[in-house]
This record gives sequence, structure tokens and C-alpha cells, in this order.
Amino acid sequence: MTSVKGKSLRVDGGASAVVAPEAAPPVYKRRRKPLTFDKISFFVVFLGLPLAIYIVFVISPFVQAFGYSLTDWSGFSPKQNFIGLENYRRLFTDDIFMKAMGNNILLVIVLPIVTIVLSLVLATLVTVGGSSRGQTKGLRNSSFYRVVSFFPYTIPAIAIGIMWGQIYDPSGGLLNGILTSLGMEQFKSFAWLGDKNTAMIATMFVIVWGFIGFYMVLFVAGIKGIPAELFEAARIDGAGRFRTAVSITIPLIRDNIQTAYIYMGILALDAFVYMAALNSGGGPDNSTLVMSQQLFFTAFTKGQFGLASAMGVVLAIATLIFSGLVFLVNRLTGGDKDVSL
Amino acid sequence: MTTQTASREMKSLHFNERKPAMTPADKVVGAVSHTALTIWSLIVILPLLWTFMSSFKTSSEIFASPFALPSQWRFDNYVKAWTEAGIGSYFLNSVIVVGSALVIVMVLGAMCAYVLARYVFFGSKAIYYLMLAGLTFPIFLAMVPLFFIMRNIGLLNTLPGLTLVYVGFALPFTVFFLFSFFKSLPHEITEAAALDGAGEWRTFFQVMLPMAKPGLASVAIFNFLGLWNQFLIPVAINAAGPRVLSQGLAAFAGQMGYAVDFGALFAAVTVTVVPVLIVYVIFQRQLQGSVSQGTSK
Repeated sequence: MTSVKGKSLRVDGGASAVVAPEAAPPVYKRRRKPLTFDKISFFVVFLGLPLAIYIVFVISPFVQAFGYSLTDWSGFSPKQNFIGLENYRRLFTDDIFMKAMGNNILLVIVLPIVTIVLSLVLATLVTVGGSSRGQTKGLRNSSFYRVVSFFPYTIPAIAIGIMWGQIYDPSGGLLNGILTSLGMEQFKSFAWLGDKNTAMIATMFVIVWGFIGFYMVLFVAGIKGIPAELFEAARIDGAGRFRTAVSITIPLIRDNIQTAYIYMGILALDAFVYMAALNSGGGPDNSTLVMSQQLFFTAFTKGQFGLASAMGVVLAIATLIFSGLVFLVNRLTGGDKDVSL
Repeated sequence: MTTQTASREMKSLHFNERKPAMTPADKVVGAVSHTALTIWSLIVILPLLWTFMSSFKTSSEIFASPFALPSQWRFDNYVKAWTEAGIGSYFLNSVIVVGSALVIVMVLGAMCAYVLARYVFFGSKAIYYLMLAGLTFPIFLAMVPLFFIMRNIGLLNTLPGLTLVYVGFALPFTVFFLFSFFKSLPHEITEAAALDGAGEWRTFFQVMLPMAKPGLASVAIFNFLGLWNQFLIPVAINAAGPRVLSQGLAAFAGQMGYAVDFGALFAAVTVTVVPVLIVYVIFQRQLQGSVSQGTSK
């Protein structure tokens, strides 16, 4: 903190040397808060400008989407008839959309759990894998693993999708090359993304691959924030590594886990980029089709903007329900209580 | 530090008979950990290396064997990807759009967060929750109306339009992160600045903003990654405009279909991946630091 103060003093000193072009009113007179030009312009620009952009490009589209979802608007026609909840009725009787929703639900169940468990395990190995004597130590040379694990997070999702599309390629891909060279000839030209039994699993693997490293770094940061004395105390009390991880580490980084769970779930409800890159048509038998793809197709290919907006609303509600559920479960299992040691 | 060494000494005194620092169990755990992490690292690195290697091969070489090294290290694929496929101009567009959006959103986001964090006025809480709403709703919900808003104001399929939308969608995250940051800065400093004669503007730009540098750096890194990787927004509102990198890459992969030039595709992916990867490796210390900062505060 002292260094920060020193810095600000330096800045002040420099500021006094700069001659302001406009004659600023003496500041000490503003005690009673008269509205000076300085103050008004400050609020207009500082609050007005960001808010204007935010409301025009973010909030107003969100609000309008709810309105559009109640019409039969096809976008380019001037007429839009109010049809109430008809679009929603159509969606919930549409087999393809329900299939897409089912796939999203599958993703929401599997992706967060797999990603978080694996990244927690890796984070635990990195932070407390060292000697059991003395201060709790991380594994030696662990920064290498951390740096490498984070690589996928810096790669654009579309590039990840395209790259894995080539790896899964039946004839020239890396995966089948490895498997056949290990003697598994049945995979010689197996189409991982073209078989409805494997397409979804292969796709999930790609998404997990892309995010484990990020959450691992997040959890490592969380674990490092736990005072070392707690680990030591647990060890003196006779807790082994596994017990320490379950009873000390996880409860103490619970908030991080909850955040990770919500982020991963929101991603699973979207998943558009990965699906578009790996199987743009929805995969064999629509086995990897998700709601966002269906929305995009309905809006920008078929031009049924009313129906597409209804899909957007369903997606938004699903997101809210999911976040609410995670908060609720975390609270019911005692997440808001202080962890007493 | 001293207490830790002391306690370690005490412990080693206590367990004097079992002197070795690493017990057999430790060694096993260490070996298992290293093995697991090495396998994971390989799973991360191998696909990247393979992509890099394949970017030097011809299509027929790629199909002949996925492992064989290219017969010669030629750069034809890169030339093809950069010029014919247009990756070069997409790259430039991305740099322009993401660069300007990043600068604008950092300035506007910092200003907005500063006002919300340091001033109490009617509606400030409401604005705060409005920002929260923007973070919770999926971008997908906004796409259809956004398309028509952009068309009505004549910014559909333009880079400035894309930039503005990027600013809008990066704003809530920026404001949230910096809100807590500005809140934690001591009030005495603002007072001191005011006593020294600084107006609101000057207090912000010459006193508060420099103090928020660590927070700004963290947010800027995450915003950069988020915007650079953005795919949905450009394909929705910039479909017919000058393409950005993620969009161009998808178009290139899609138009190739099942035939032609896989070597060029690998080269295009490599061109997309490598610059950011290099920047990451250079700045990884700061990035790891900012992740821990974001979580521990």
C-alpha cells in the first residue's frame, strides 16, 4: 500500500506542473456540491457514454428478443402479428428442437463435472504432490505443467474445433494413426464424428480439453491462498493426502468451484462454436445438435426471427434455472456456512 | 518464514529416527503425480505439434501417414493460407477490431466502474444490477434484435459496428471486475487530490487510473482473449462484411469441405494459434498472477 501512495504523490507532483488550458473553477468552493461544469461533464461522459453503448447494443436487444418471441415476424416483412405463446408451443412440440435441448442437458450434466473433477485432481497434484515432511510443498517443476495446461485457453475455440476435426479425421487423422499403430486395426478408418455413438463423446472431449487448464490454474490459485498452517495441522492430526484434499482443500475453495461450475454450465448451454466447427450440420442423427445451432439456423438461414427469438428466450431461461440450481444446491449442502476448523 | 523453519526443525527433531526427507510413500505419490501430469501435458502438446508439423506437408503427404515428417520444410502452405485464403487480411482486421475495442472498453469500463464504486446517487444500484443482467443472459438471446439494430443504424457488416458491439458485450465484465478494485482504493487519496486542486476528470485520469493499473492489466488480458476468440458475434452481424480471423478461419475450413488443401488449413490454424501462444508464454507470469488476484480478492 505504501508504494501505491508514493506513486500517487508522484503523479500529483507531476500534475501541478501541467498547466490546464481551461480555467478550472477553484476546487475548494465545491464543498457544498454546486453543479460545476467539471462535475456535470464528468458524470455525462463517465456514466452516460458507457451506459448509452451498453443499453443500445446489449440491453435493448435482450428486451426486444422477448417481444419478438411473441410474434410471427419473419424479419424482412414489415408486418408482425402478435401470436402470444404460439412460438413456444411450436418449440416444445418440435422433435428436432427437443432433441437439441436434450443434447444441451446432457452437456450441462457431463461437461462441468468432468472438467472440474479433472482440473481439481491436476491442481491438487501440482500443489500438494510434494514431500509430506515439513511445510506442504508443491510438486517440483510444476510451473511447466501449469504453463502447458493453459495453452488451450489461449487458442480460439474455432481453431480448437478445426484442429480436432482434423485429428478425428477417419483416414489422415492423428487419433486413428495412433490407435492403428498400437495395433487396433478396427479404428483404421473409423469416423469418430460420423458415428452417432461416438460423435457426442468425441465432441465433449474437445471441450473438456479446452477448459481443464484454465480451471486448473484457477484452482491452483485458490489452493495457494489457503494458509499452509491448515495443511500442516491436518497432517499432524493424521490426515492423509486424500483426506486432506476432501476435508480441507475442497471446502475451502468451494466458492471457486461454484463459479467454475456455473461458467462451465453456461458454456455447455451455448457450445455453438465447437459444434459448428466439428459437425456444422448437427452430426449424425442430430446427435450433436444443440439449441444455439438451431437458433442460428432458424434466424439467419430460414429467416423465422420470431421463432428464433423464442429459442433465445428458452436458452436464457435454461441458463437462469441452471445458475439458480447451482446456487441452491451449494447452499443446501452447507456452502454458505463458515468452514470451521 | 521463521516460524515455518522453526516448526520444521521441531518436526525433524521429533521424528529423528525417520530421517529421510522423502518417505517411500512420498516417492510413489511424486512419481504418480508426475506421470499423470506428463500424460496430460502430452495430450495438450501433441495435437498442437501435429498441427504445426502437418502445416508443412502437402495434402497427399498428410493422407499417406499422419506421423511422417514432411519430405521438405516448405512454406507454400503458409503463403497460400496468408494470401489466397485471405488469412493475412483477416488477421489484420482482427487486430484492428480487437485492438480498438479493447482500448475503448478499458477506458469506458474503468470510468463507469469508478463512478459506480465511488459515488452514491439515485439509481446507482439499478445500474449495477443492469450490468449484472448483461453478464447472466446468453449472448444468443440478443443476436436477432442486434442484427436489426445494426442494420437500422447502418453499421451491419462493418468493422466499426463490430467494434462497438464488442465494447458493449465486454463492458459488464470489465465494470464488475474494476468495481471492486476501485472500491478498495483508499478515499483519502481522492480527498488529497481534491485539496490539491484537481477536478473530477483530473482526479480520475492522473490519480485513480494509474493506481488501478494491476486490475486494469488483468481485465485487459481476459478481455483480449475473449474478444480475440469471439465467433458468434462476427458470424451473426458481420457475415457479409470484412471478416475477422475466427470467422475467416471457419469460412476457409467450411469452403474446403472434404477436398483440397489440408496443408493450407493446418497453416491457417497455426497462424491463428502461434502469435497468441507466444504472447502468452512471454506474459504467463503476469497472467497466472492475475488469475490468483481475481480469485483471492
